[in-house]
Amino acid sequence: MPCVAPDGKPTSSGMATLKSLKDGASTPEEVAGKTGQPLFRVRSGLRELKNAGFVEEIEGKYSLSKNGETAIQ
Amino acid sequence: MSEVQKPEIRFPILGQKAPDFEALTTQGTLRLSDYKGTWLILFSHPADFTPVCTTEFMAFAKIYDDLKKRNTELLGLSVDSVSSHIAWIKNVEEKMGVKLTFPIIADLNKEVAHKFGMIHPEQSKTETVRCTFVIDPESKIRAMIYYPLTTGRNMNEILRLIDALQTTDKNKVATPANWKPGDPVVVPPPATIEQAEARLKEGYDCKDWYLCMKKLPEGQ
Repeated sequence: MPCVAPDGKPTSSGMATLKSLKDGASTPEEVAGKTGQPLFRVRSGLRELKNAGFVEEIEGKYSLSKNGETAIQ
Repeated sequence: MSEVQKPEIRFPILGQKAPDFEALTTQGTLRLSDYKGTWLILFSHPADFTPVCTTEFMAFAKIYDDLKKRNTELLGLSVDSVSSHIAWIKNVEEKMGVKLTFPIIADLNKEVAHKFGMIHPEQSKTETVRCTFVIDPESKIRAMIYYPLTTGRNMNEILRLIDALQTTDKNKVATPANWKPGDPVVVPPPATIEQAEARLKEGYDCKDWYLCMKKLPEGQ
């Protein structure tokens, strides 16, 4: 998986996505702009991070969950 | 004796929304809808570790940067596993020096292949033929090319096709045979007698009222 490793931890691109959310990005387009990842990978990655509990989503806007905050500390 | 039931073969239709899917790829689980807002070339190949496919994948890798400049992504597909795709990608890099950086769907259960009519039993009952679907940013199928197992695709034609479709969308024109960027484009034919009579006076390069060409401003 591109954003979450088999051990359940965020990969390097997962971490980049989480950090971009901490830096104020909230839409996939903004995350793609901050991380330089292609938009299709960002959408897929955000879905994985959400399923793994690192990210929360409300109506297409993403933010860090408590687990996400912990992961990037 | 009962007749052998042949599987139903479904083909997408130009202009229709491409059927959405969620598939395992070499870059994680992807949905077609993940590509919304970008053009996409979804293409199938018969099998990993086969000669014509290897030449095609290296050729696709070569035009990938040119495609990205056109806001276009690449997504490959075969009925091989992710492990097979990974082994093949690594082999192509080691032996041929070409890095394949676009995702490849592992369509082991042929779900995507059947949605897009990629298996043609007269060619192979188990492998996908060489299909190329051009899907626009609204997920509509804009062009389809089907090649047999024996014949590798032409990347210049794929780039030309993307250029032609994007030029058509941007300028509301059509493109003539063998068109390439910078060549004159076709002005849409008039729909009424009045428009047909007016057409010859509109300053286009007209052979007759129904065949008029114009040059686009540079960069259009």
